[in-house]
Amino acid sequence: MIAIIKYNAGNIKSVQNALSRLGVESMVTDNKSDILNADKVIFPGVGEAGSAMTYLQDRGMDILIKSITRPFLGICLGQQLMCSHSEEGDTNCLNIFNVNVRKFPSTDIVPHMGWNTLYDLKGDIFTKSENNEDVYFVHSYYAELCENTSATCTYILPFSAALQKDNFFATQFHPEKSADVGDKILKSFMEL
Amino acid sequence: MPEIAYIKNNKVLKKRIIPCLDIKNGRTVKGINFVSLTDAGDPVELAKAYVQQGADELVFLDITATIENRSTLLHLVEKIANEINIPFTVGGGINSVEDVYSLTQAGADKVSVNSSAVKRPELISEIASRFGSQCVVVAIDTKKEKTGWKVYTHGGRTPTIISTLDWAKRAEELGAGEILLTSMNNDGTKSGFSLDITQTIAEEVNIPVIASGGAGAKEHFADVFLNTKASAALAASIFHFDEIPIQELKKYLKTKNIPIR
Repeated sequence: MIAIIKYNAGNIKSVQNALSRLGVESMVTDNKSDILNADKVIFPGVGEAGSAMTYLQDRGMDILIKSITRPFLGICLGQQLMCSHSEEGDTNCLNIFNVNVRKFPSTDIVPHMGWNTLYDLKGDIFTKSENNEDVYFVHSYYAELCENTSATCTYILPFSAALQKDNFFATQFHPEKSADVGDKILKSFMEL
Repeated sequence: MPEIAYIKNNKVLKKRIIPCLDIKNGRTVKGINFVSLTDAGDPVELAKAYVQQGADELVFLDITATIENRSTLLHLVEKIANEINIPFTVGGGINSVEDVYSLTQAGADKVSVNSSAVKRPELISEIASRFGSQCVVVAIDTKKEKTGWKVYTHGGRTPTIISTLDWAKRAEELGAGEILLTSMNNDGTKSGFSLDITQTIAEEVNIPVIASGGAGAKEHFADVFLNTKASAALAASIFHFDEIPIQELKKYLKTKNIPIR
């Protein structure tokens, strides 16, 4: 069973829809034992970093998430919350990835919204993917490049489109909204 | 000259091609100059076909948007969300945060607000603060008059004295994530997008602008991307009736070195 962590951020339903299209059963839950006992955990989210972290901390979910040893995938805000610190609301995050999240400079349109290209792919969720494939992004904040970067993308500047450390995976883009390219990434994660 | 080889490794954000499905009582329709509706098919089937053809996003506008058919719409949104793996926007009759909540629960990624936001601009900030700016598309129907481009509401039936540029800037300030700009002068004419107002708005706001109204040929899409800062272009009937297949359009735009997925 796949657990999709329920918290005060949107976009949870679309992840569940994507999994069911791939024939994978999942539950949306904030029950700690369900999350700990799941085969895999997905941490989606569209929202604001500060209020999301407060919500997680108030419920002890921050400690729970860091203790998970099964494959764990953060998406969009989920990725940002797995980093050390976010400029959004000057928020201390989960610090799974030792990297900061910054706001895009407003030298171009912000948010970065639409389809952009993945590069420098490495790691276990890209085994079915190739460099140069386009995925769907929508975000105003980005994780800087770091040693955990497992895919890069460039908008205004190069940033971490995906991160990986041990069992923790994260994507800034939305694999669940990235057509066939996204489905391949979700499938690779499901096969871990 | 050989066809220009499209360099695939262009590290840039792609221009989006967005088919729009006007929905009335659960079916797809398209009016010409906002009237005279003709049936264009089952929206779920059309949506699936567009995804297959390479549409970058979809927009569904409920053009009747009465309380009676609200549950029909929500049911349709659920069906669409189950079937497609690209982002989609739903608009029509959205007056409150509660309306947005039910649509996003049904699976919509974004909502589009138009008349209700003109009437009560705070609606934009209410939706943005609850669901994020990325969730709010402000749709503007505009017509060029002697005194300049003005905003129209209620499906283009009601004129206002509001300047389109002022309204677009205000919408951005209030937290709009995108502007969907429809030129009523061009809509349904198949004579091309209005480059004039599209460029004016796209230059002045720092959020994506979706050009809409007037697409009738592949060249029109190239014109709007080469001559304005529009991030996306939207069209309806030319895609429904397969006058311009999306794959063909995208292939053509790539030969013009426009960044396309």
